[in-house]
Amino acid sequence: MESITLAVNGTERNLEVEPRTLLVHALRDDLRLTGTNIGCDSSSCGACTVLVDGQSVKSCTMFAVQADGADVTTIEGVADSDGTMHPMQQAFHEHHALQCGYCTPGMVMAAISLVEEYPDLDDQGVRHGLEGNLCRCTGYQNIVNAVLAVAGSGSEGSES
Amino acid sequence: MIPASFDYKVAESAEHAVALLTEHGDEAKLLAGGHSLIPMMRFRLATPTVLVDVGRLDDLRYINADNGTISIGALTRHSELEHSELLAQSCPMMASVAALVGDPAVRHRGTLGGTLAHSDPASDLPAAVLALGGTIVARGPGGDREIAATDFFTGYFESALADDEMIVEVRVPAGGAGWNYQKFNRRAQDWAIVGVAVANAGAGVSLVNMGSTPLRASAVEAAVASGASAADAAAVAAEGLQPPSDLNADADYRRHLARVFTQRALNAAGVA
Ligand SMILES: Cc1cc2nc3c(=O)[nH]c(=O)nc-3n(C[C@H](O)[C@H](O)[C@H](O)COP(=O)(O)OP(=O)(O)OC[C@H]3O[C@@H](n4cnc5c(N)ncnc54)[C@H](O)[C@@H]3O)c2cc1C
Ligand code: FES
Ligand code: FES
Repeated sequence: MESITLAVNGTERNLEVEPRTLLVHALRDDLRLTGTNIGCDSSSCGACTVLVDGQSVKSCTMFAVQADGADVTTIEGVADSDGTMHPMQQAFHEHHALQCGYCTPGMVMAAISLVEEYPDLDDQGVRHGLEGNLCRCTGYQNIVNAVLAVAGSGSEGSES
Repeated sequence: MIPASFDYKVAESAEHAVALLTEHGDEAKLLAGGHSLIPMMRFRLATPTVLVDVGRLDDLRYINADNGTISIGALTRHSELEHSELLAQSCPMMASVAALVGDPAVRHRGTLGGTLAHSDPASDLPAAVLALGGTIVARGPGGDREIAATDFFTGYFESALADDEMIVEVRVPAGGAGWNYQKFNRRAQDWAIVGVAVANAGAGVSLVNMGSTPLRASAVEAAVASGASAADAAAVAAEGLQPPSDLNADADYRRHLARVFTQRALNAAGVA
């Protein structure tokens, strides 16, 4: 077993994990943060996307030991402590960007990272940027609208 | 699936990584971004008993230019290549090809050294390094050696690296003007069914997924050098090659794609 320390949603957490424990399992099974979903378990669907040191990562494709010392943000950690939703969550809500909601935690985390990384997103940019996140319900249009609303609002990027 | 058990070692330096590889022999594997190795371990296609994590060697994450050569540290991530101002100025092909690898989350973790060492014939950046005429610097117990990219890929998922060697740097000549990269795939985020990289107005041409390794299209390069038109040069793109047949495409279709996309890439790179 390895001892690791992760700053998960701003709180330091010490864990004993087998080296082969994937980050997604450490989050879900050890820390009981079950907002992060497992869809494909083969790196393709993005349901397990979290932020590691601020960047989107598929947590099924990273060992927990690799995250030792890192900041990890999951969907549980993006709203304010008073319950005010993150602008991306709010936009998903307003644009009806989900149906069953299974892809949504990963989609929101990937989208938060995307608008940080690419300041001048257009429709195609959002579509390409979310290539690694599959949604079986919505047909994507409303997801794209939600992400564009945040990208264009200037709250994250440098859009004029 | 859960990978088989292994011992986890954190490398403190490239030398330390090489020492650990030497100590543990072919039971050990380096872990960089993990975006090829972890999927293979989950499917139990790879079952190393020792993983040496080089992913924390931040001193091997750099992009420098010196005297016409761009030197890139092996642990540089695809997203760092994609957003590099220096590459945008001095070798835009590397940045543009990096931006086409997988999706943003993959690019946040995958490394240049990892994608070269993995030697997947379907991968993008090895084709760019080949077309640009790059060099791979490997560190072993006896020191560093330089391996020309043309000599690096030796077989299906096999490279010229010895079991106790680690890639520390990748060098490409600055410039590469008259370049283009064509990546043909059907599903978002996927590997190329066929890809074509052209650098230096056709002096360097390489093909993705057209054989057991990333490979140079020598026949096309020779045709361009002798003044052939893009159409005539592209006509020989698949000559002598044995591309794979799989769910996405059979070998003949891949040969067809190689000709079509070589012509498009040559045209886009300024070869008439
Ligand atoms: C969903 C998904 C989509 C992808 N799409 C694409 C794509 O479209 N195009 C593409 O080209 N690739 C794609 N990839 C692969 C990606 O580019 C990988 O990151 C890359 O192939 C391997 O880099 P890594 O740092 O993750 O290596 P790792 O997985 O850590 O290692 C791969 C192999 O290289 C060895 N190794 C790693 N670093 C070194 C080193 N410095 N010296 C010697 N040996 C080393 C390891 O021991 C291992 O055998 C995709 C991956 C995923 C998961
Ligand atoms: S569960 Fe991680 S990508 Fe699908
Ligand atoms: S809302 Fe059901 S998978 Fe996306």
